[in-house]
Amino acid sequence: MKVPVSWLKDFVDITLPIDQLAEKLTFAGLEVENIEYIGVAAPANAVGKNGALAWDREKIFVGQLVQAMPHPNADRLTIVRVDYGRGEAVQMVTGAPNISVGDSGQKVVLALEGSRLYDGHKEGREIMTLKKSKIRGVESASMVCSEKELGISEEHEGIIILPDDAPVGTPLADYLGDVILDIKINPNFARAQSVLGVARELAALTEQTVRLPQSWDTREVGVPATDFVNIEITDAKLCLRFAALLIRNVEIKPSPYWMQQRLLRAGMRPINNVVDITNYVMLGYGKPLHAFDYDSLVRRARGNRPTITVRAARNGEQMQTLDGQTRTFSSHDILVTDAQGPVGIGGIMGGSETEVSDSTKNILLESAIFDFISIRRTTAEQKLPSEAATRFGRGIPPSQNVAPARLAAELMRELAGGSVAPALADNYPAPQVIPTIDVTTRDVKRILGIELSTAEIAQILKRLDFEIEAQDENSLRVKPPDYRTDVDGTDDVLEEIITIHGYEKIPSTLIADALPPLIGNRALEQEEEARDILIEAGLQEIVTYSFTNPAHEAQLSAHPNEQDTPFPLPARPYVTIENPISEDRSVLRQTLLPNMLDIAASNLRAASLRNTPRAAMFEVGAVFLTRRQGETEEGDLAQDQEFALPLEPRRLALILSGPRAEKTWQMTRHHTKEHDSKPEESPEMMRQADETPMDFFDLKGIVEDLLAGLHINDAQFAPISHPMFHPGRAATLRLGEENVGVLGELYPLVREKWELPNQAVLVGEFDLEAILAHTQERYIVKPISRYPVIVQDIALIVDENIEAARVEMLIRQTGGALLNNVRLFDVYRGAPLPPEKKSLAYTLTFQALDHVLSDSDAAKVRERIVRRLEREVGATLRSG
Amino acid sequence: MNESAHELQARALAQLDSIWDDAKLEEWRVEYIGRKGAVNALFEQISALPQAERGAFGKDANQVKTALENAFHAREGAIKQRNLSEALEAEPLDVTLPGRRPQRGRLHPATQTLREIYKIFGEMGFQVYRTRQVESDLVNFQLLNIPEHHPARDNWSTFYVAGTDQRVLLRPHTSPGQIRAMREMFPNPVRAILPGMCYRYEQISARYEIQFNQVEGIVVGHNITFGDLKGTLTEFARRMFGERPVRFFADHFPFTEPSAQMDVKCIICEGAGCALCKHTGWLEILGSGMVHPDVLRNGGYDPDVWSGFAFGMGPERITMLKHGITDIRYFWGNDLRFLEQF
Repeated sequence: MKVPVSWLKDFVDITLPIDQLAEKLTFAGLEVENIEYIGVAAPANAVGKNGALAWDREKIFVGQLVQAMPHPNADRLTIVRVDYGRGEAVQMVTGAPNISVGDSGQKVVLALEGSRLYDGHKEGREIMTLKKSKIRGVESASMVCSEKELGISEEHEGIIILPDDAPVGTPLADYLGDVILDIKINPNFARAQSVLGVARELAALTEQTVRLPQSWDTREVGVPATDFVNIEITDAKLCLRFAALLIRNVEIKPSPYWMQQRLLRAGMRPINNVVDITNYVMLGYGKPLHAFDYDSLVRRARGNRPTITVRAARNGEQMQTLDGQTRTFSSHDILVTDAQGPVGIGGIMGGSETEVSDSTKNILLESAIFDFISIRRTTAEQKLPSEAATRFGRGIPPSQNVAPARLAAELMRELAGGSVAPALADNYPAPQVIPTIDVTTRDVKRILGIELSTAEIAQILKRLDFEIEAQDENSLRVKPPDYRTDVDGTDDVLEEIITIHGYEKIPSTLIADALPPLIGNRALEQEEEARDILIEAGLQEIVTYSFTNPAHEAQLSAHPNEQDTPFPLPARPYVTIENPISEDRSVLRQTLLPNMLDIAASNLRAASLRNTPRAAMFEVGAVFLTRRQGETEEGDLAQDQEFALPLEPRRLALILSGPRAEKTWQMTRHHTKEHDSKPEESPEMMRQADETPMDFFDLKGIVEDLLAGLHINDAQFAPISHPMFHPGRAATLRLGEENVGVLGELYPLVREKWELPNQAVLVGEFDLEAILAHTQERYIVKPISRYPVIVQDIALIVDENIEAARVEMLIRQTGGALLNNVRLFDVYRGAPLPPEKKSLAYTLTFQALDHVLSDSDAAKVRERIVRRLEREVGATLRSG
Repeated sequence: MNESAHELQARALAQLDSIWDDAKLEEWRVEYIGRKGAVNALFEQISALPQAERGAFGKDANQVKTALENAFHAREGAIKQRNLSEALEAEPLDVTLPGRRPQRGRLHPATQTLREIYKIFGEMGFQVYRTRQVESDLVNFQLLNIPEHHPARDNWSTFYVAGTDQRVLLRPHTSPGQIRAMREMFPNPVRAILPGMCYRYEQISARYEIQFNQVEGIVVGHNITFGDLKGTLTEFARRMFGERPVRFFADHFPFTEPSAQMDVKCIICEGAGCALCKHTGWLEILGSGMVHPDVLRNGGYDPDVWSGFAFGMGPERITMLKHGITDIRYFWGNDLRFLEQF
């Protein structure tokens, strides 16, 4: 909200420099977001960028046109002489269309040679210095200025004509210069939505008193019916008060310059005197008003006294509003009607049929208070935001209804030549109740942490126009002023006290209260542990949007149209956003992978341009699953409505693609013929990065590492066929009896949908909560043997379909305690093995905890292993 | 004859002095201290000497033997050392070549800042309590003293879930967690931070995102005052931003009263005014306030007996301020060139 300081001064003395004043308001909750300087210099450290051109007090003045003469060489130019109260009138050439030959007496803005002004002929704001020049042969050193040249507006059609009472010779900076505060009005500051409202806050903060207009009287109450109008309210909840005044014989014309200036500076465009007056009162005093053409109301009442009825709209009821649109209403809209139907949307916009036009003679001035919730709803539905709707939508106290209307009527008398009917039509069904609030020194101590006496509290509250009804040593009984409806409890009063007393005066303390029981957050701690393990494994954590769209997730399946949607493919109805920002973010995700693949793809594209197309990333985050009947989740409140909220299980997903390591530099030496032909080994060549492309087992290794790091030891990987994965290259992770996730190589068609490079993309997604549920809070560390080891290799030939995990499991089971370690070191297929066979070669390490193992002991165990494998999987020992 | 033992020693040592290769050293050894060498030849002379001279001659011969053997070992070591040095020096590295860095993963900056916040508040006895992201209107607004159609709702541009008649929404702030935390912890005192993702209906730009983390804090106890709020948050600011002034002033939230904004002195210009602080000299860090009596009541706590404070901050914003990041879209853009810098 824009507040011109010149206007603020009508109500309160300004005792502080502008920047301090702005800080004071900001600290009290009226955040000054910007300060605009018009014609006056901004301080060097001014906030924002609107420190505009300062009007030189020695060079730019209020002047008066003495004479306007024809230019000898140009029809469109005029030679003018302007008096500015100091010696002889100044002569210059002007092209202003609003000055004609023969004019005299107009008050204008005179800029003397050397003035710095904005160039009126250039786009935007470019500063120029006024220099002596010849315009079509006539010398001219000064200028009469347009608004654009002064930086007041973009207006450059004609020069400024100041009001007749503008004091000639006054520096313009003193006459038109201003500072405009742009204040952010929080919802709790409904009372400050006017210049007067801000003045009241400022007065309290700087210990000044507010000056109100003489006619201001918030106690005045009229009667619902007068000889010119009858007012009916059908529901006091919708319309808390409706008052009307009649102003006869107005002359519709532009409003005076000063009023136009104030409106412009506060951000509204002048229209005509009657409309401007209603806006002026709204901006100045916070009360939106509406002017009806009274005669059109009488006409609609067939010559009778009109009856205005405020009521809820009927569903489907229509009216053309004064913006020319025909609007349709429903039962939660408030309409101002007469016998013929609606004449206005309460508080939002009038009807076109009864609007004030140039021929309007008699004005019925409406001042009413509507239910702010209804106003807000209608404003949003009809898409009719306005200064009035904003103010109504935050609530205006009914007690503040009549005084501003009286003021407006008075201005119409003064500026539009009208005569005000003395009677006040005023339907006020439920008068505002001012609450009585108790506040104690104990409250102040308990909540604010400071000691204030009741006398100190009373003094603070009096500055805010509170009435002190009773006061003793420990407590006060107070009433807030009638212009405040936001204060109705002790907590509100405490906020007033701290705002005026000063937040900085409260001493900082550390919490002395008892600590709550330390229950910790094991789920979070484990999740963080999982993150640590994964970054140690070389993966980058990413965080992607929770939003996606169903088609995007469906792409994860190579057969998107099939009903087969195994984990993690979306299998439930989506949590759909009612007001999405775009179609591609219309639902909440059911799987992490699609958005992650977007990120992998964009990074791989960028990487292939500069370095290695390699991705190794993970994400931990929630997915959103619409609940099925009876499903519950930890943290649910004991309320039925929680079932409307989706489950938010946390998932972990991984993506790997590209070489195992980033490319690194290498050095080769060239060997001359004289040297021997054996390539020289140089230390730089000894370690090359492993550029082998990552495959399924790289991903599996990371998952195994994670599980080992979390001390989960009941993991099994079983082959699966899954529409997301390359056939034969996918597994499910099973912990105990539970499938907790899948991993594998992305199906090539799926990979292509994400435009990923032509290399294997390994992905996995897991139910993180299910994994973490299997961690061992306590695990036992095995002792280390001091005795020598016996190492033996065996190579086994088995059928192709025998799973390695099964072979290893049999080896371990059979080997028992003496078999210390089993390591697969080779998988071989091909000659001389028959097709359908493969060879698995293991290194077995035997060691006993408590004695030196003999070769024969080891050989016995090895023999048992071979026998078992022969029996169970038909293995044969590979010789040689 | 004694003289010749000394002469032998002098000659041998002089010769050794110029030997710097293994073959010559071996020749020298054979010549002097080998089985058929000059030293053994000395000993062979002993038997030819008169009895009286034998003792002194033998002693001299032994001295020469020890001296030459010691000199030999010393030289042997010196040659080894010199050879090694020469070999090593023959293959110097250009140490300015780039190092080969291990494949390291990193936490997302949002996670890093969250952890930093957990740690600081953890030291002050706060526990981390996570609550849901998709919320009911009841918990997100009504129980926080924001009735339906209340003007304060303008402050939260909210995403609603379709088909629920706007009863279900994506939480636009972590504050509904206050209600859930209080109901979970009643009747114990509360000292918790509530982190998590929030969502707002915004036009995505350098300054605004449709989703972001927030960290809410709530303290409820029997003697909690606004002074405790200031003290706790001042400590937090000191740990997070270093030793620099903070200021508290009036703010507004329907669920706290009184409410306060906390700023810290700009970390770039130290108050002189710069682009980061928009020439105010101060950076807005968080909103806070004393828990509104209605909210305490909705959490299960009697406001006549209990009091509390709450606060909320944006970890991404804090990260941006600390690292001079000017575009919030970097966070969920996840460009590795951004992520790798943390």
